[in-house]
Amino acid sequence: MNALRAIAIALLLTLAAGADAIVFEQRNFDDAAQLARYKTLIRELRCLVCQNQNLADSDADLAADLRREVHRMILEGKSDEDVIDFMVARYGDFVLYRPPLKAKTVLLWSGPFVLGLGALVLLLVNLRRRASERAANTPLSEEERARLHALLESDESQEKRRLG
Amino acid sequence: MIPELGNFALITALAVAIVQGFVPLLGAWRGVPEWMAIAVPAARAQFLFVLLAYACLTYAFISKDFSVAYVTQNANAELPLFYRISAVWGAHEGSILLWTLILAGWSLAVSLASRALPETFRARVLAIMGLVSIGFLLFMLMTSNPFVRLLPAPLNGRDLNPLLQDPGMVIHPPMLYMGYVGLAVPFAFAVAALMGGRLDAAWTRWTRPWTTVAWAFLTAGVALGSWWAYNELGWGGWWFWDPVENASFMPWLVATALMHSLAVTEQRGAFKAWTVLLAIFGFSLSLLGTFLVRSGVLVSVHAFATDPGRGIFILGFLALVIGGALALYAWRANAISGGGSFRLMSRETLLLINNVLLVVACATVLLGTMYPLIIDALGLGKISVGPPYFETVFAPLMLPLVFVLGMGPLTRWKGDSAQRLVPLLRIAFIVSLIAALAIVLLTAGYSALLLAALAMAFWTLATTAQGLLMRVRGKADVWKGLRALPRSFVGMSLAHMGVGIFIIGVAATTTFSNERDVRLAPGDSEELAGYRFEFAGVGTHDGPNYRAERGEIRVFRGDRQVTTMFPEKRLYPIQSQPMTEAAIDIGFTRDLYVALGDDLGDGSWTVRLYYKPFIRWIWLGPAFMALGGLLAASDRRYRRRRKARRALPEPAPGAALGAEASGA
Amino acid sequence: MIRYLLPLGVFVALVLLLGIGLGLNPREVPSPLVGKPLPEFTLARLRDPELSLSNTNLTGKLSLLNAWATWCVECRREHPVLLAIAGEGNIPIYGLNYKDQRPDALQWLQRLGDPYTASAFDGDGRVGIDLGVYGLPETFLIDERGFIVHKHIGAISTKIWESEFVPIIERLQSGGG
Repeated sequence: MNALRAIAIALLLTLAAGADAIVFEQRNFDDAAQLARYKTLIRELRCLVCQNQNLADSDADLAADLRREVHRMILEGKSDEDVIDFMVARYGDFVLYRPPLKAKTVLLWSGPFVLGLGALVLLLVNLRRRASERAANTPLSEEERARLHALLESDESQEKRRLG
Repeated sequence: MIPELGNFALITALAVAIVQGFVPLLGAWRGVPEWMAIAVPAARAQFLFVLLAYACLTYAFISKDFSVAYVTQNANAELPLFYRISAVWGAHEGSILLWTLILAGWSLAVSLASRALPETFRARVLAIMGLVSIGFLLFMLMTSNPFVRLLPAPLNGRDLNPLLQDPGMVIHPPMLYMGYVGLAVPFAFAVAALMGGRLDAAWTRWTRPWTTVAWAFLTAGVALGSWWAYNELGWGGWWFWDPVENASFMPWLVATALMHSLAVTEQRGAFKAWTVLLAIFGFSLSLLGTFLVRSGVLVSVHAFATDPGRGIFILGFLALVIGGALALYAWRANAISGGGSFRLMSRETLLLINNVLLVVACATVLLGTMYPLIIDALGLGKISVGPPYFETVFAPLMLPLVFVLGMGPLTRWKGDSAQRLVPLLRIAFIVSLIAALAIVLLTAGYSALLLAALAMAFWTLATTAQGLLMRVRGKADVWKGLRALPRSFVGMSLAHMGVGIFIIGVAATTTFSNERDVRLAPGDSEELAGYRFEFAGVGTHDGPNYRAERGEIRVFRGDRQVTTMFPEKRLYPIQSQPMTEAAIDIGFTRDLYVALGDDLGDGSWTVRLYYKPFIRWIWLGPAFMALGGLLAASDRRYRRRRKARRALPEPAPGAALGAEASGA
Repeated sequence: MIRYLLPLGVFVALVLLLGIGLGLNPREVPSPLVGKPLPEFTLARLRDPELSLSNTNLTGKLSLLNAWATWCVECRREHPVLLAIAGEGNIPIYGLNYKDQRPDALQWLQRLGDPYTASAFDGDGRVGIDLGVYGLPETFLIDERGFIVHKHIGAISTKIWESEFVPIIERLQSGGG
């Protein structure tokens, strides 16, 4: 019976997390630019109590509170960095969906480009090497062909003379 | 009774799978034909038993047998039949059973369609698939048995998660699993080739259609997931770079590379080691996806109820299967590698670049998905990696990829020249740029991203059209000429066009989407993107297993009424919070999307309106791709009956000098 | 040969990483405030709203700050442990009543016992956000300087108290000046 209770609770928790009553709040801003900034910021900030959702999509209480804070800060004239600093000071880097560039994320941000460029360079170097190897086995040029022909002919005439 | 029968069927299937997995391999090793011959009947028997188990579980759902714990957790008496049947794969245990069934199905298909394969090879392929089946059957019987009884049986079950009560649920998982699991076939082919120490043109000809079909299913599965999320989750998004989504995207990227690598191996005998490695990678990523969804290692909206114990089992299984395959690769790859030669400027090179870019893209997604775990495991704290990262990093990789996509089909095998190619591609290049520029100017969508994306899309469409035109040029009847083209070529063209269509959809939606949250009282209107949305109020409506508040919104364009939309807020008995069911007006060039927010008490409601231009193209593109894939796989040359069972000789190094290859 | 071993090597590294991952909790978010001073706040008290409780009340001595609410199931579970800790009298516990209703909170304490020296009433959760609260219950250990030296997320059991908090408390009480 205990196991079933555990399963039931786990299921209920996952369901509660997935229930998607859209919560949209009417937020008033001074101008369209502020609204645009708000929309971007709440997409880049993570809801800490959800299963991988941003503040924009989440209907959790904490998400609503944090959206309220973002709204307040924008109206107070704070910059995007200020808002991000505010969140990070309280919740750490976990709250950012765009990982900040730090020593520990250098590999993350540079990895794809280094990998991509490196792979392509390696590829081209490899292909060039194969091409130059093949240059050693290229078909004969006109002049070389004539020489071969002449050699073979002289061999043939020698053979004929020998055999008789 | 029935659940016990199902359980018994699983146990029997496991026994058969053990026979299927080991006996033919021993037979191939020892050269005993009787043991090898067991593979085919074993595969067929295994399928029958797994099918029986699946049928028993489905029956339990249909007959509302709440004495089965899994049924109780995922259905209730009011759940419509349609969803009771799809609820079978609604949670962990049932979806693993579906996985196993589809794997057995693919094994069956291989056993039926492989008469032309040499005995040893066929035995090995089916055995390898049998070994994988053993893992899944064991997993089910040991940790995730769907037939566990719940006694005393409750009178009613909980319910299927309302998010899953949607047509998308019915079709997305089966399609996705067909693709995921289908990659086991090229995997088995590759490992069998390594075991035999030989990889020739015949091998490639057998492997290619299986891979293409699995790829087509995977394409459809991923696209359906995106479509379903858009329909169901209520905020107009279609891709979230969520770990589980990434877990389905990575095998797709590798499968695409594999498909193209097989093309080269079939035509020119090159890239053999590459092909084998990609086949192993593809299936590894499928298994990795299975692990990620069920182990709790990563946080995701899509994750099943997680259990580290299950995670350990899957990880162990993954390590064994893939570790074994890669160890075999390290040992034997030398024996099978080596192949045709080609110049720097050639179709081979372009395909190689294509594959490198796809693998790098896959590695990028893997890096981003795993990075939070890496940082945590190293004790460096917690970070999140989300859409802002993936979007920034992924797009630049696509640019060269799409360029190569356009160039490839028009470039000759083995060697080509800039002299020939530049005039050929010049027109398409200029046309693409001009068309993209024109659209950017006309729509005032001044964004470098939009320009680049449109140019890429038009490039793919223009070069594909050019490829087709070149083939039918000079023919009196163009239609007849097109229909006479080999299916593989038409399939490829369709698929490449699909890429362009997809990019247009993404570019248009990303740049020109518009949304608005408004408060509307009955009679109020709101304008958005040239449409007028008139709110007619909210009434109640009852569904089979829910109660809903249903709003009515009339949409006008100018004076003409375009449509009426009925967004709902549904309350399922199992939930405490209502679920939003958005109303979507589907159009070829745009979607209108309306969702109800909150009841403000005085008859007015907050409503969200979306205008989403060209969003259907995001799924139309993959539809073209999947269709193209299926068409290509049905090409005549794969269906030709071969009289001799002998493998065909390798193309001699100089044989194709100067000859222009036909087909893709 | 190395070329062919590379994929296996990468794979082994991946499996090791995933194995380690199975033992980690990806949903737990450690607080960046540990090692920093307790953020400034001033709130009305739960019992006597005319009086206030602020961060300065938690300096000068070792203390605990426990975020709780009547709607939080886990808080209910840890309550007896908190009563026991308060009973020992070694270290005062201050409460942060987070996003709750005053009458409900008072009734709860009446019914179950009040381990708190004083509780602050954070109705809209603003102070909770400043403290980085995201999932109740959360307990902060604050030293004499007013710095947060430890934070525990989740219910405190006797075992957790003894293994996590007691060692730190003993170290601070003996070593610190």
